[in-house]
Amino acid sequence: MLANKIITKDLDLYYGENHALKTVNMDIKEKAVTAFIGPSGCGKSTFLKTLNRMNDLIPSVRIEGTVTLDGEDIYSQGVDTTLLRKKIGMVFQQPNPFPMSIYDNVAYGPRIHGIKHKAQLDEIVEKSLRSAAIFDEVKDRMKKSALGLSGGQQQRLCIARALAVEPEVLLMDEPTSALDPISTLKIEDLMAELKSEYTVVIVTHNMQQAARISDYTAFFLVGEMVEFNTTDEIFARPKDKRTEDYITGRFG
Amino acid sequence: MDRSTFSIVGNSKAKNMTEKIAGILFLACGFFAVAAVIVITVYMIAKGTPALHKVGILEILFGTVWSPTSAEPSFGILYIILTSVIGTGMAVLIGVPVGVLTAVFMAEVAPPKLAGIVRPAVELLAGIPSVVYGLVGLLILNPLMYKLEMWVFKGSSTHQWTGGANLLCAVLVLAVMILPTVINISESAIRAVPRDYKMTSLALGATRIQTIFRVILPSAKSGIVTAIVLGVGRAIGEAMAICMVAGNSVNFPFPFSSVRFLTTAMVSEMAYSQGLHKEVLFTIGLVLFVFIMIINLVLNRVMKKGAEDGNKYR
Amino acid sequence: MGTNTVSLYTKRRRLSDGILTALIYLCASLAICLVAGIVGYVVVRGVRSVNWTFLTTVQSSKNNTFGIAGNLLNTLYIIVITLLIATPLGIGAAIYLNEYAKPGKLVRMIEFTTETLSGIPSIIFGMFGMVFFGTTLHLGFSILTGALTLTLLILPLITRNTQEALRTVPDSYRNGALGIGATKWYMIRTILLPSAMPGIITGVILAIGRIVGESAALIFTAGSGYILPKSLFGAFHKILESGGTLTIQMYLRMTNAKYDDAFGIALVLLIIVLGINCLTKFLTKRFDVTRLDERRGKQKRVKTKVSK
Repeated sequence: MLANKIITKDLDLYYGENHALKTVNMDIKEKAVTAFIGPSGCGKSTFLKTLNRMNDLIPSVRIEGTVTLDGEDIYSQGVDTTLLRKKIGMVFQQPNPFPMSIYDNVAYGPRIHGIKHKAQLDEIVEKSLRSAAIFDEVKDRMKKSALGLSGGQQQRLCIARALAVEPEVLLMDEPTSALDPISTLKIEDLMAELKSEYTVVIVTHNMQQAARISDYTAFFLVGEMVEFNTTDEIFARPKDKRTEDYITGRFG
Repeated sequence: MDRSTFSIVGNSKAKNMTEKIAGILFLACGFFAVAAVIVITVYMIAKGTPALHKVGILEILFGTVWSPTSAEPSFGILYIILTSVIGTGMAVLIGVPVGVLTAVFMAEVAPPKLAGIVRPAVELLAGIPSVVYGLVGLLILNPLMYKLEMWVFKGSSTHQWTGGANLLCAVLVLAVMILPTVINISESAIRAVPRDYKMTSLALGATRIQTIFRVILPSAKSGIVTAIVLGVGRAIGEAMAICMVAGNSVNFPFPFSSVRFLTTAMVSEMAYSQGLHKEVLFTIGLVLFVFIMIINLVLNRVMKKGAEDGNKYR
Repeated sequence: MGTNTVSLYTKRRRLSDGILTALIYLCASLAICLVAGIVGYVVVRGVRSVNWTFLTTVQSSKNNTFGIAGNLLNTLYIIVITLLIATPLGIGAAIYLNEYAKPGKLVRMIEFTTETLSGIPSIIFGMFGMVFFGTTLHLGFSILTGALTLTLLILPLITRNTQEALRTVPDSYRNGALGIGATKWYMIRTILLPSAMPGIITGVILAIGRIVGESAALIFTAGSGYILPKSLFGAFHKILESGGTLTIQMYLRMTNAKYDDAFGIALVLLIIVLGINCLTKFLTKRFDVTRLDERRGKQKRVKTKVSK
């Protein structure tokens, strides 16, 4: 049995009057891939963003309950959100490299966390690009603009950028939904490799993807976490009728 | 109307005529700006070059002695050119950081209510006439500058006293006058930066300030360059506000020297100048005009490049 | 980096963040203080000079009084004449650029020269106006020379604002009118111009602000006369006579060290500027509202079409 990395207890989230997440309890295991599935608007992305407090940036959001990372409550007072986000990295739906060179994109995180030494930066950049399986494609044009890369390359670059701050957890919000099938495959392979070192949490609208790559799967429906189990169990023997309906394609 | 005889072929000559005249009139209006720029350019060159021939290009542009009314007149405007260049540079050096940071405040830092106080203030700053800046500068800044001058040059026997009317004073007035331009253009450039960049940077554990200075401002670079170029144009062309506070004698532009700019030379001497002296003033105008045209071309370049960069992202 | 040992509660000091935040607040408050300082100073020193005599008489060495009535009138003359020339020209140019011209070299040239015109400093316009309108066209130092010079100065402002306004008129309006057989000029006159009117008016008001504050372009063109016309003929002939605006009179009082008079004029100028700023704000707000209504109207029409 793997250790628990993130534990949420009775987590409720409101957008103004709208009750967007209803009493979510979940234990996310260390060094495994956990997938959130469910129809659009079910709250899976919202839940993902509560894990690194990106929802804080929206003024009308109110959160109740607790989220702990390695036993520390991330919503308690005195938590430095920049440290939290350094430990829990995030990759977004749209590939969104900064309008800078490839090198500067990857070096961005280490630099803001105080690494200035050139040799050390070089090392981190290369290691991150290798981990994101894109080093060989970009090694000859590190100083060129990252905007010149293809969509799939851009997304792997964004993964490298997230890895460069040496996070412990990597949150991925539908990372392949804007990509072509081949790029998607590359990123799925990458995730399988990443879990040896990182705790990976991925939101996906693609059930097959969840089945292929994840160890645990949670199914969300209108703000409620309906079922959470190992991926094999969820897909082979769903316990809730609604999960079964969704997986067999009866709705969603 | 008799429907049977109605034809779609040219039944109304008068109507066609009106259409044609309207089209031609609009075209003429459009060309007015082109014509104006051509005529202005031609006049500036025609009026500004004779003195260059009569006195000599090098003597005018690189001469340092300006004594147009003496028995043996000398028309060197090098110090005047340098004053405009250095004064504008210093004003931009002061005005741009303040302007950009104020823009950051309005676009990224301030709660909407506070931004709602700063914005009308900036608009008012833009609307205050040059002469009012000159008056306030003359009566507030000059005395302060005089005190500073006395403190800095206490006991100096070589310093030429200016009573506070010096380059520094003019630079401060110019810096304030370019603020609205810099603030407005930078603010819209900052607001045009995609929100993604901000979110990503924050998700990497950057603080708000780090995000502003390392992602948002670099991404708004071409807009901020535009702001700087427009600021330079505004500063180098300003006349009335600084002609009261700069001291108005021709000297090398040291901060505490009484100086004369290209623009203030024209304002203060045009009224009484005659003959060759007047022609040289037009040459000064031509020099300023050349500067402005260069700035316009640079601006055109920058904006084009900015548009291309924007497209590349999309 | 030993990430595992770092607690989330670790306090990290960011000196640079603190300094930069302080700088940002400092700059913003500097902008406010500048405005408050300048306005406050002008009000305090100017308010004593502004009274009935100041506003309704002209300078008189016999009575030893000073007034700005002549300059107010000159300013008004210059505003009216400049706008009479520049507004049709600017609107016409905008219509040409937006409605007639096909994108290409010609449009780029007109737009580039318009941009150039807006970048030329007032003092250059002043010199050009003096030699071209004043000497070549023999108009001398006169209100007309000043107004013609200012026409060049405000033309880009009116052209650009009209263009912006025309761009916000939806294409369905154009097609609707042309589709029922209206000629282009008729469509422009009856549909486009009324729809674009708030934007055009905003441009005109901004232009008034520019004219009121202008000085360098006027000092060598319109001159510094301050006498009020004595007859109806005089009122017309005044156009060809020298006439200094408020800013010019203010500059002259300043150079004569009559600072109290100068501050009085400065106060009057500030009040005008403030009024113009409020008016444009009011108009742009209303402008946005009408545009919203138009969009709603459009949606409604589409719906009824579908239901048929």
